[in-house]
Amino acid sequence: MSSQAHEHQPLGGRVLTLPFLICAALVAVAGVILFQRYTQGLAAASNLNDGYPWGIWVAIDVVIGSAFGCAGYVIALLCYILNRGEYHPLVRPAVLASLFGYGLAGLAVLVDLGRYWNFYHMMLPWYAQPNSVMLEVGLCVATYTLVLVVEFAPAFLERFGIEGLRAKLNKVLWVFIALGVLLPTMHQSSLGTMMVIVGHKLSPLWQSQMLPVFFLLTAILMGFAIVVWESVMASLNFRRPMETPVLSKLAGLMLVVASLFVVLRFVDLIVRGQIGQIFGGPQSGWFVVEMVLMISGLALLIPKANRNRSRALFLSASLLLAAGILYRLNVYLIGFTPAVGPWHYFPSVKEIMVTVGVFALEIALYLLFVKKLPVMHAVHPEHG
Amino acid sequence: MSKNMMSKNMMSKNETSVSRRGFLRNAVKGSAAAAAAACTTMVAAPPEANALVRPPKPLPPDAVGLLYDSTLCIGCKACVTACKEVNHMPPDVGPAQQGWNAGGGDKPIYDSPVELSARTLNVIKAYSHGTGATKDAAENGFAFIKRQCLHCADPSCVSVCPVSAMTKDTRTGIVNHDPSACIGCRYCVLSCPFGVPKYDYNDAFGEIKKCQLCKQQLAKNELPGCADVCPTGATLFGRTEDLKAEAKRRTALKVGEHAHFPRGDIAGKVGGPRDGHEKLVEAAYQPHIYGEKELGGTQCLAVSAVPFDKLNLPTNVPENGYPTLSEGIQHTLYAGMIAPATVFAGLAYLAHRNTKNHTDE
Repeated sequence: MSSQAHEHQPLGGRVLTLPFLICAALVAVAGVILFQRYTQGLAAASNLNDGYPWGIWVAIDVVIGSAFGCAGYVIALLCYILNRGEYHPLVRPAVLASLFGYGLAGLAVLVDLGRYWNFYHMMLPWYAQPNSVMLEVGLCVATYTLVLVVEFAPAFLERFGIEGLRAKLNKVLWVFIALGVLLPTMHQSSLGTMMVIVGHKLSPLWQSQMLPVFFLLTAILMGFAIVVWESVMASLNFRRPMETPVLSKLAGLMLVVASLFVVLRFVDLIVRGQIGQIFGGPQSGWFVVEMVLMISGLALLIPKANRNRSRALFLSASLLLAAGILYRLNVYLIGFTPAVGPWHYFPSVKEIMVTVGVFALEIALYLLFVKKLPVMHAVHPEHG
Repeated sequence: MSKNMMSKNMMSKNETSVSRRGFLRNAVKGSAAAAAAACTTMVAAPPEANALVRPPKPLPPDAVGLLYDSTLCIGCKACVTACKEVNHMPPDVGPAQQGWNAGGGDKPIYDSPVELSARTLNVIKAYSHGTGATKDAAENGFAFIKRQCLHCADPSCVSVCPVSAMTKDTRTGIVNHDPSACIGCRYCVLSCPFGVPKYDYNDAFGEIKKCQLCKQQLAKNELPGCADVCPTGATLFGRTEDLKAEAKRRTALKVGEHAHFPRGDIAGKVGGPRDGHEKLVEAAYQPHIYGEKELGGTQCLAVSAVPFDKLNLPTNVPENGYPTLSEGIQHTLYAGMIAPATVFAGLAYLAHRNTKNHTDE
């Protein structure tokens, strides 16, 4: 027990740093805009309309934000299900990032819902509509957020010395770990299924029965990429040694998942007879950008030596993250054309500032938590 | 983790993990191949053999709807006004239709909707081409189209709604919306293949609005507002089966023929019997009956002399509703929750074993 109490350490240091204050200011700006949204309606703060009823608050804050939150999912999968103990140092930071990613995606839903005061109807069985993919996603995401709270609880309990409860929780933690792998597998794939029903309104470059498979693959890929990205950022900003040996293994897994995604994407296009859409089909330029990002990201990882170079790792993780982001944006916004048009949508400045505020809140809370709670693996200079 | 611990870890791994790594690699390869095979069968299967597609839903026994005949419509928009009155909807003012003296006041003098919206459940739109001289001609002509909810046999809006706010009446097939249940997610707005349900973005407590076929009028044995006031019978109410037969009769008519066109309810029951009228067929009907086959069929139908793509309606859409696929995928993956339960059992077993192995986690 005593050894584990020292395994993770709060980073310490000042809380009110410049990045923290900038984030806080951005959150405040979003707060002012949200006041307008709640008093005057969605149009007062956004360019949402009946052609594009879902804008960046859904596509970025929820669909992309929750993929950022897949760090905890993939690391738990590796560490506890595939029993790869070497990933253990990454567990807590990943779970924390997931907790904020999902918690704030939930918050963003409340910003976007037009009748948010009825939100709890999703939880009441007599309102449930079992054919709705969204019901499954909503319930899964809500449950998973609670699971993440439990998965992260040991850090709290450790910090405040509640060892009895911590020991009890440790005994049943496996149940939550299993749920923590099952639930994202379900709702991340369902985020893809959600767009199957829009049918011809989504460009044939993206509309496919394979959407759930592609969304699951991008969730896993973005989960790996965000772990690598975050780890390099944390090492640089908090002046900690690089976790490169572990990261290079993750890089190998990223390569496998990204390659699978690219191959399946082309197989899917060929089998559906839509491969010609790449050349001049609607929004085909965005397909090309998506593929260039994905392929250059994975190509960087093909030479084994690159997987040990933190710069190459960082660049590759950034490219693959961008590819995943763009894929999801393409499916939810760019590749979408309303049924009876014409309609136009580009997010308003206020709308963008709300999204920025959501991510700023995530960063501010992350900085606060790693400084005050035992999240990061302890570094012992005397052994080094 | 200290370097000391790390190296110890690595050492023990080097001893034991060769086969484990091999296993992992094979597992990845195997699942990739399996996924590829599954995908190929999924996307390559023809629709009728596609195991993921659930059967389409038939029309309810007493399905009712409207038949809109573009060739009879004179564009008077009496239906638009009647719809507003009967449903107590506020006026809607198009951007170019502000009254010259309405400045400053917030009460528009002139209801002039140009598109369906949270304030407008029914609208008449015009197509025009070239000189616009000839009615019901695609070239150098014009034509009208009525836009409102088509009340699908297999509606996407009902399929997507997470809280049963959008429902389809099991008897009449009318697609209803209950704002007291609605969470305002606007998935119905996004999913509707005909762009019908609308939300009010200018209201802090906005509601979803769409045509509900004046169910409150039907309950009083009165006609839906639009069919009640239509002077030419361009909008005709009736049982969908009767309307379909009427549409087939009309599309078979030849130019120059005299034909009878009923008004109000085609069966003469709802709203009482009304006189029809005789009219010369002046423009050739398109053989296409809009709503007969589109996306599993709709209870409201339309016939026209101008092709429907020119009238800005989605054409070239599948004959089965999109819910047949999305619900099919979902119910295949989650049938009886067997697959998720099995996966959970496996995950729980591994997590239990692995967390016990390293107790310090």
